Amino acid sequence: MTNLVRAAWVIGRRDFTATVFSKAFIFFLIGPLFPVLLGALFGGIGARVASQAEQPRVAVIASDTEFAKLAAARAQLGDAMGDRPVVEIFAVPPAPDESAQVRDLLASKHHSVVAVLADAFTQPHLTGAVDKDGTVAGQLGLLLSAAQAPPKPLEVTPTARSSGSVDRTRAITAQSGQMILFFLTIILAGMTLSQLIEEKSNKVIEVLAAAVPIESIFIGKLFAMLVTSLVGIAVWLTVGVVALSMFTHGGAGSIPSPAVGSAAFLILTLVYFAMNYLLLGSVFLSIGAQASTVREVQTLSMPVTVAQVLIFGFAALSVGLPDSPMAIAGAVFPLSSPLVMVARAAEKPELWPHVVAIAWQALWIGIVVYVSARLFRRTVLKSGPVKRRWWKKASA
Amino acid sequence: MLRAQSSEWAVEATDLIKDFGGTRAVDGVSLGVPVGSIYGLLGPNGAGKTTTLRILLGIIDPSSGVRRVLGHDRPLDAAQEIGYLPEERGLYPAMHCRDAIAFMGALRGLSLAEGRRRADELLAGHGLGDWARKPIRTLSKGMAQTVQLLGTIVHRPRLLVLDEPFAGLDAINQARLEELIRREARSGVTIIFSTHVIAHAERLCERIAIIAKGKVAFEGAVDEARARLRPIVRLRTRNDDGPWRNAIPADARHEGREWIFELPESGPEPLLKALIDGAAGIETLAIERPGLHDAFVAIAGDKAAAEMVEGPPQ
Repeated sequence: MTNLVRAAWVIGRRDFTATVFSKAFIFFLIGPLFPVLLGALFGGIGARVASQAEQPRVAVIASDTEFAKLAAARAQLGDAMGDRPVVEIFAVPPAPDESAQVRDLLASKHHSVVAVLADAFTQPHLTGAVDKDGTVAGQLGLLLSAAQAPPKPLEVTPTARSSGSVDRTRAITAQSGQMILFFLTIILAGMTLSQLIEEKSNKVIEVLAAAVPIESIFIGKLFAMLVTSLVGIAVWLTVGVVALSMFTHGGAGSIPSPAVGSAAFLILTLVYFAMNYLLLGSVFLSIGAQASTVREVQTLSMPVTVAQVLIFGFAALSVGLPDSPMAIAGAVFPLSSPLVMVARAAEKPELWPHVVAIAWQALWIGIVVYVSARLFRRTVLKSGPVKRRWWKKASA
Repeated sequence: MLRAQSSEWAVEATDLIKDFGGTRAVDGVSLGVPVGSIYGLLGPNGAGKTTTLRILLGIIDPSSGVRRVLGHDRPLDAAQEIGYLPEERGLYPAMHCRDAIAFMGALRGLSLAEGRRRADELLAGHGLGDWARKPIRTLSKGMAQTVQLLGTIVHRPRLLVLDEPFAGLDAINQARLEELIRREARSGVTIIFSTHVIAHAERLCERIAIIAKGKVAFEGAVDEARARLRPIVRLRTRNDDGPWRNAIPADARHEGREWIFELPESGPEPLLKALIDGAAGIETLAIERPGLHDAFVAIAGDKAAAEMVEGPPQ
């Protein structure tokens, strides 16, 4: 046992230093920046395009006094609508021939209006390329009502939170936790697999197998990548907290607290990440032992990845319904259990289910690691002619 | 059954069998490697040498049979006293030479710091001192092989197992490697190496096992293998014919002006007397000890011998 642990430590230490001090690790660290940057970039462009496309302009033929009332009503509506577009209006002084004026405004490329509103306070009449029951007509109707009889001011008493708002933010936290766990695990399991394939292709594996028990190679590799990922997570967390304190009011404290509390949630997320990674990483490593080329690995790992996506989908059903039969089934099924339980930590305050779940998952990790390590031992150094493998038979 | 005097043997194997699927790669291999000896595993490619070595090292388990290495039934229990150079060399390309050697030492129980210290010494001693802090990928193939070999001995093993150690080396590096093997053996290390080059085994080994098609065709001392053949007589005479012809065997070959035949069981003296009495007019007469190649042909057969390499004489 001591020899196994010592050997796993030697293997793990090599893998850890080789990964953390490589250029690839820098890309791994900055990897999450790309989706954030791309999201911000395309989100910003999209929002601008959408707002430009969705904010119709309407010319209002009215006196300055009348238009001022309409403008005030529009400002009020704009505040209430938040980010959603509100029809844009501008004033045009009345001309002697109103029909001609309306015609000219609709044809004018300079004003670029979708419609013209005339006689706003006497006989309101909207002319232009708009639907009778559409958004533009509806919003202008509201503006006219508000301008003619200003609504009574609504007295508002703000509270810090309400059950609806807390449930909503916790559901978002639960979903985010599941997504982070899922993607990080998939990436890391893939990285572990590539490292094993590299070792098999440069024949180092035989040097290792002659010196230490195969199980220690398996365990060393598995835990080296886990520690590597924890280093990455620590960096991301630090950067995240610094960014929040720089760009938000209140810093990290502004994030809504999950049901179990922020500190407990962080610890549980790390534990469930480790559990999820150890389960999936073991499966991927035993797949790597069967294959000798990257192509074979891709063929073999695809069904596992697809299955993992399905499991993620299954686990996602538990968000918002942590006590539903579906969520309980997801927590019992070992492969979805970490994902379901991290969501539960965001939504329900009790800690005892986590103790039970972690013990249950640890048991399954023991079983999966044991079986995978044995499979790894049987196949990683297969020598001489071997029976044709089933997946090759299938593709023949 | 294992041999009785285990302490005399660094490695013992009895009736090792290894099946891969429906193919038998090793078929009843039994051998004994005396402590402190240089032992050669001879056989053509695909004979089962590498699989036998992997079984002896515990990399793979036999389908049946028993092996004991340095007194341990589980070879990995003795891993810290064994050095292994696999046939397909394996090093991490990005690792620095000294770190690669130290890592291989660490796998065998040496601390990293001590491994690095010894690596510096070994590299300097083999003319690679300037390369200590350079990555493996910048080395030539021969240099990388040297680094791997140094990694094999950095922890000062009692047993050194080298699988085709001469493969891919030029003549100078082959000579250096032979010298290193002799030096390690002089310091008491037991060495097993596999080869398909007979000359290396002939120059280095005290004992050999000839393996063909997964079976041991011969196991014992090199002299024992040679002794299986009678000495060869090469005779050149002035007279082509005469009574002396009755003194040489009927199956003697006539090549050019030379007669070649096995020395009769009666020995050289009666032969010489018969040749003189029969007026052969002896020009030259040489009695040669058969080489290992001749013994290999006699033991393993022409086909197996054709796949072996005799190697350059030294």
